[in-house]
Amino acid sequence: MSDAAIAIEALRFAWPGHPPALDIDSFTMARGERLFLRGPSGSGKSTLLGLIAGVLQPAAGRIEVLGRDMSALSAAARDRVRADHLGVIFQMFNLVPYLSVTGNVTLPLLFSPVRRKTVGDDAEGEARRLLDRLGLSDPGLLNRRVSDLSVGQQQRVAAARALIGGPDIVIADEPTSALDSDARDRFIELLSEEAARTGAALLFVSHDRSLASHFSRAVDLGEINHAQVAA
Amino acid sequence: MRALLSLAWKSLLNRKGSVLLTLFAVALSVALFVGVDKARTGAREGFGNTISGTDLIIGAPTGSINLLLYSVFRMGNATAEISWPTYEKLAARDDIAWTVPISLGDSHRGFRVLGTNHSYFEHYKYGHNEPLRMAEGKEFDDLFDAVIGADVARELGYTVGTKIVLSHGLGSDFGSGHENRPFRVSGILAPTGTPVDRTVHVSLEAITAIHVGWESGAKNPMSDSISTETIRSFNLTPKSITAVFAGLRQKGTILRTRREINTNKGEPLMAIIPGQALAELWSVTAMAERALMAVSIFVIAVGVVSILTSILTSLNERRREMSILRAVGARPGHIFGLLTLEAGLIGFFGASLGIVIVHVLIAIAGPLVSERYGISLGGTGPGLFDLGVLGAVTLASLLAGAVPAWAAFRRSLADGLSVRL
Repeated sequence: MSDAAIAIEALRFAWPGHPPALDIDSFTMARGERLFLRGPSGSGKSTLLGLIAGVLQPAAGRIEVLGRDMSALSAAARDRVRADHLGVIFQMFNLVPYLSVTGNVTLPLLFSPVRRKTVGDDAEGEARRLLDRLGLSDPGLLNRRVSDLSVGQQQRVAAARALIGGPDIVIADEPTSALDSDARDRFIELLSEEAARTGAALLFVSHDRSLASHFSRAVDLGEINHAQVAA
Repeated sequence: MRALLSLAWKSLLNRKGSVLLTLFAVALSVALFVGVDKARTGAREGFGNTISGTDLIIGAPTGSINLLLYSVFRMGNATAEISWPTYEKLAARDDIAWTVPISLGDSHRGFRVLGTNHSYFEHYKYGHNEPLRMAEGKEFDDLFDAVIGADVARELGYTVGTKIVLSHGLGSDFGSGHENRPFRVSGILAPTGTPVDRTVHVSLEAITAIHVGWESGAKNPMSDSISTETIRSFNLTPKSITAVFAGLRQKGTILRTRREINTNKGEPLMAIIPGQALAELWSVTAMAERALMAVSIFVIAVGVVSILTSILTSLNERRREMSILRAVGARPGHIFGLLTLEAGLIGFFGASLGIVIVHVLIAIAGPLVSERYGISLGGTGPGLFDLGVLGAVTLASLLAGAVPAWAAFRRSLADGLSVRL
């Protein structure tokens, strides 16, 4: 299992006082893979991402991220894995409002010495390069408040933030739900290209099954999750 | 740490409105606390600087604080006087090197009149043994000469040669009693920052002279018929004086001399050591000072609690922000540190602003306070005390910030990666 980016075995999770939200026998994602995980709202997608990121702890089972058993690690060690090896993109409004575009992109470097080392001394230069590749080349944008950007621009900033420092896994949680179809397709293409360039595995989560064609593999959460209660 | 501090700073700037209000609340509370201390220190320094080099103050038996207040600070009145023969005996003691007799009771347009002799200008010292210095003119020479303090000259616009009239008693009404015996300003003293600046000095003989016809306690209407020239021929040796400042030949005899004076067989007397009486005065005022400081500390506590409240109330709207920070790698400790630092920054800048406010106010109002109350605030510039207050308020704010920080820490663990509000 150590070759996998993410490997799940016999995972069980329930919120306190609620019926089980996740019951997954097996799920694997290879390193560098671009995987589409589909699931309707309330199917437990965000809970699963929380477990993979080490913010939540399973009641039973095993989650390995890059060969590390997250359920066996201390909270601090899980936090370090997330900071050093995971990049996360959310739905809209997922940027820190009081930081500039560059400030948001370089934010993960504050918390990860590993990613800081990868980027080197010129963090702002790396942010500019990433933004440029994602189609935000206007230098005037860099020092703007993120709340002044369009939704599409905000999503690219979020993507750059997830990609900076070359994390091994990029998790995208419904990142295109606020975009029109053209912008959505362009965004997925750019994200896929960048992930491929850095060799990161891309776990793209959405309720929209039409996006599956953009990825090398698609998994339906409803099929692998045997828990029947909405999370 | 530096990165987290920068993040905390940017977060505060994002909430400028509420942060500024909280910051002002802290600033005002710190300004009150520091201001009270400056006034207290200034008052103590002012009082302490008023007299130096005088070993004993001798008066009729009363409280030692009362004797100090009326003789040195011109506050209140003597309950009894010392007869002139008793004073002469005191002055003739072997252990006493010099004496300055003083006589109080009259006034001039709100300023106290002090009758004394030339030894006053020679022996009265203030601050660090500073002697009195003439800014203009000279000591009184003629019977109806007056030497005025710097504030009297400045406030009333008097110069050498100005004619002035004294009032009987402490009434400030112009010309109530002694208008028949006008004085001429012969000299103006340089400023001292002590009650001397607000005193009109005349000779003891002049005090006797202006009270010719007042023997019954009220003015005899016939006294106006006695010319000034006639009065000059009278024996104007005073019958009594209010108090005596004395310097000893040997400082080591001070306790024995004081005891002997206090147990004087003839007229009862009281001798006090100025520094000791001042310490007694401070011990009386200490209770009020402590109460005032306690109130100020509570006001600071309210200011610090306002930091806690402001951050605590913002937590809900910042839930998504905390969740984003967690997602990009912030550990719960970072969230805790961020909110604690925000509180610390508000406390630090609030306290700094409060200290600046106090010093600006001192710079603006200090001269007025010094002029009106004789309390010098100018010399109490920023110092260790201010630094201590700054440190204590910052520390208290960091501790107060730990409460919302703990709440955010717990919530960030429970919220998971994404909060949808």
